[in-house]
Amino acid sequence: MKLSRRCFLSLSIGGTVGTALTPLPWKLTDDMSIWSQNWPWTPVPPDGAYTYINSTCTLCPGHCGIRVRKVDDRAVKIEGQEGTPLNQGGGLCPLGLSGLQLLYGPRRIQGPLKRDGERGKGQWKPISWQQAIDEVSRKLADIRSQGKPQSLACLTDSDTGTVPQLFKRFLNAYGSPNFFRMPSVEDAYESVLSLTQGVDGFAGLDLYNADFILSFGSALLDGYGAPPRVMQAISRLKEQNGTLVQVEHRLSNTAAKANVWLAAKPGTEADLALSMAYVIIAQQKYDTDFIGTHTEGFEAFVRMVQERFDPQKVAAYCGVEADVIVRTALAFATAQKPLAVYGKGKGQTAGSLREALAVHALNALVGNINRVGGVQAIPAYDYLQWPAVMTDETAAAGLQTQRLDRARSPEFPHAQAIVHRLFETVNASPGEVQALFVAEANPCYSLPGSANVQEAFDKIPYVVSFSSYMDETAMQADLILPNHVYLERYEDVPVRSGTTRPMIGLCQPVVAPQLNTRHVGDSVILIAKALKGAVAESFPWADYESCLQEALGDQWDAISDQGFWAAAESAPASLDNGFGTPSGKFTLMDETIGAVYQVGEPSAAGDASEYPLLLMPYDSIRLTSRYVGGTPFMLKTVADTVLKGQDGFVDLNPETAAHIGLGEGQAVRLSTPVGEARVRVHLDDGVMPGIVSIPRGLGHTAQGPFLAGKGVNVNRLIAPVEDPASGLDAALGIRAKLTKA
Amino acid sequence: MSSNDTLQAHSDSHPPSPDSKGGGPYILLFFFIGVALSLVVGWGVFPKLLYSQKNQPFDFNHKNHLEMVDNGCQSCHFFRADGSFSGSPRLAQCVECHEEMQGQSEDEAIFVEEYVSKGQEVPWLVYARQPDCVFFSHSAHVNGAKMDCITCHGHIGTSESLKTYEFNRITGYSRDIWGRSISGLKSNSWDRMKMDDCAECHAKYDAVHDSSVQTKRDACFVCHK
Repeated sequence: MKLSRRCFLSLSIGGTVGTALTPLPWKLTDDMSIWSQNWPWTPVPPDGAYTYINSTCTLCPGHCGIRVRKVDDRAVKIEGQEGTPLNQGGGLCPLGLSGLQLLYGPRRIQGPLKRDGERGKGQWKPISWQQAIDEVSRKLADIRSQGKPQSLACLTDSDTGTVPQLFKRFLNAYGSPNFFRMPSVEDAYESVLSLTQGVDGFAGLDLYNADFILSFGSALLDGYGAPPRVMQAISRLKEQNGTLVQVEHRLSNTAAKANVWLAAKPGTEADLALSMAYVIIAQQKYDTDFIGTHTEGFEAFVRMVQERFDPQKVAAYCGVEADVIVRTALAFATAQKPLAVYGKGKGQTAGSLREALAVHALNALVGNINRVGGVQAIPAYDYLQWPAVMTDETAAAGLQTQRLDRARSPEFPHAQAIVHRLFETVNASPGEVQALFVAEANPCYSLPGSANVQEAFDKIPYVVSFSSYMDETAMQADLILPNHVYLERYEDVPVRSGTTRPMIGLCQPVVAPQLNTRHVGDSVILIAKALKGAVAESFPWADYESCLQEALGDQWDAISDQGFWAAAESAPASLDNGFGTPSGKFTLMDETIGAVYQVGEPSAAGDASEYPLLLMPYDSIRLTSRYVGGTPFMLKTVADTVLKGQDGFVDLNPETAAHIGLGEGQAVRLSTPVGEARVRVHLDDGVMPGIVSIPRGLGHTAQGPFLAGKGVNVNRLIAPVEDPASGLDAALGIRAKLTKA
Repeated sequence: MSSNDTLQAHSDSHPPSPDSKGGGPYILLFFFIGVALSLVVGWGVFPKLLYSQKNQPFDFNHKNHLEMVDNGCQSCHFFRADGSFSGSPRLAQCVECHEEMQGQSEDEAIFVEEYVSKGQEVPWLVYARQPDCVFFSHSAHVNGAKMDCITCHGHIGTSESLKTYEFNRITGYSRDIWGRSISGLKSNSWDRMKMDDCAECHAKYDAVHDSSVQTKRDACFVCHK
């Protein structure tokens, strides 16, 4: 026998056939696939002991309870905290869920920074905390010694809780009345409650127990109030066959899920509300008991609506037919627990006081003031019982000066702060503000007319930012004293949004500070101590934590264990003594309110012949335009008809687009009286003809590579429209035009 | 063969095979040798090469222990207060009885000298350890579905000694996952514990296991979180 090539071939064919009859190839295939899953460079999160920490999310005013899962020292997941009084289902919005990207993401500021080069160029020199505190206090002592303490202004996100109050206290001790909080729908509600009910507090909207919700443009399903709670309330309304009516110029998510969508023209909503009041009065469907016993000014109110708000007249210009107005008004008035809701979008703007009053009047007509399922006036939180501020002569003199925005003056008695006026004042007379503190706010991005705000920043000699992130405002600062992010710090956050039950959430450290940052409360206390004298004496606390513990007193143990403190469930304030007005009654109409109704809505800036369209911003739960900015995760959830690559889109009715000769996806130049931008067009039948609809929350110029340069910041294109009644930004849109790029 | 043919054959680049005629039987023989060799390799040599053996730190007699405890397997392999499963007992549990030598066996001596007296945990090699990508809850199966230990673990409770631990050189997993039989066939429910084996049972009880709307069976995320 000779071995030949064919023998080998035969042997190997036999081998192949034989191998196929053994488990070898199948087993090896399986093993190889498992092996490839276990390559050492494949990231596998290290295992460890699991723990959960209850805290409170501070990324929006909703202040939902959160439960953070940790593996050893790492936070790995944020979930809603089930079973808290205001968040039974434990839901959470996309921003809250992706908060870990704000903790571990790359755009955080590593430690104190001092500007090293031209403003806004992003050149920084790291300094020590001691140097940073010395520097601020030296500068402030300087301004004070010139006798101009009032030229220090401060802007924070809110004015409740120990952190904003520490800033306010600092300004008082230093001698400046110029403490500002960012605008929100709270501004309008505060004015309304003060005018009609004489209450210093906030409006608790009992969405959860209402059976008919009439919403004037509130993004109930897109982030209004506290998103999980409001969404649960709307789900419940649907389950119980309740009715949701959405008044909005655009087919938003809320409008799409509503039983009735009323597309009123922007700026006519107040008139629409008052024409509904006309119907309710004319058909005698109002709550005679409440109106008769607990209100004043009803006759004057009736005269006013009868004179000017006949549905036939209003229908002619508001875009909703008269019989629809009548039908909706009657359905509202005959519902068991009707509730009219005010606040455009997520409620990040104050809006028109006239509209807020008209909506509140609807609630009064159906008698659901201080009732379950209605609007309950909740008194302001009063748990901060600090010793009086020490004021020396300089401070006393400074505090005598008028606020730069003239809020709380006879001119604008009900406004707490009018932020756009601060920056207008700076632009008009630059010397008025020598130094500005900005904490938990990003005015250079978030305020309408942000180009003007930026210009004002250029004129403020000394800007200190306490931001944790390199945002648009921090970029304009001279000094950055970075705060811990919310998962690293203690803070009390009184809840005001979407609740009828007073509750203080406690934000507590989930992980140790990851970077060389410091609690903003500690920074304020240290700066005060460095200033010595009465300013230092006004801050008797060793550090922020002891200040917080003292503020919460006996509640501290319970609140730090549970993560929140909630007032006991109680009946709404009684109607007999629930009103702080001189007459003890709900004021439907008096001289002041009459004057507000008398003045028309401020019209959007711009000449209609040059700018034939109206640019209106809209809010989405997938985006945020507040201080923290969005997360990379959120941007991934945005449709490519909103953001595609770097291109931002505007929504346009096909009819309007055809008129200008634009097609889907086409690039256009969007111009307004204050700015212009290149955008692309998305055609949408749900947008009212003549309106250009643009999302808030895109177009960052800072905040790192995940957010910067994507889409357009609508605030660069619009300007504040001052409400003559309140001085606040009425936040209508702005006239605009589109030209082919 | 004509001379022309010869010439043609030689001009071919491949020389003609000497046994091109009459080589048939040998070719067939080599074919069968190939088959036979590969069968030997595939069924015999391959498993020997694939698996490496390790000895447990010392031997353990389950039968002996089971006879002495009151609460069956759960006496040592218990559920914690929060419902999680304790797995292999920690030293602290063993020490409750084994503070002193119990009996004269060599394994007992190793245990007490090497581990108990030094306070060191016994590095048991776990036969049934599933990969990291699998989320397995003992509680769901034992307390929820009322399954017994034997269904998955076999008669280990009555074994008198520990078998040699074998692990796959490629994947690092215990041999018990694929099963003793290299063919992957099984005769008992506890013979192997790959995904198909879990799925078999989950599919059988599809009335209760229907988390996937599409398949009306359990969805992937039930085990792969």
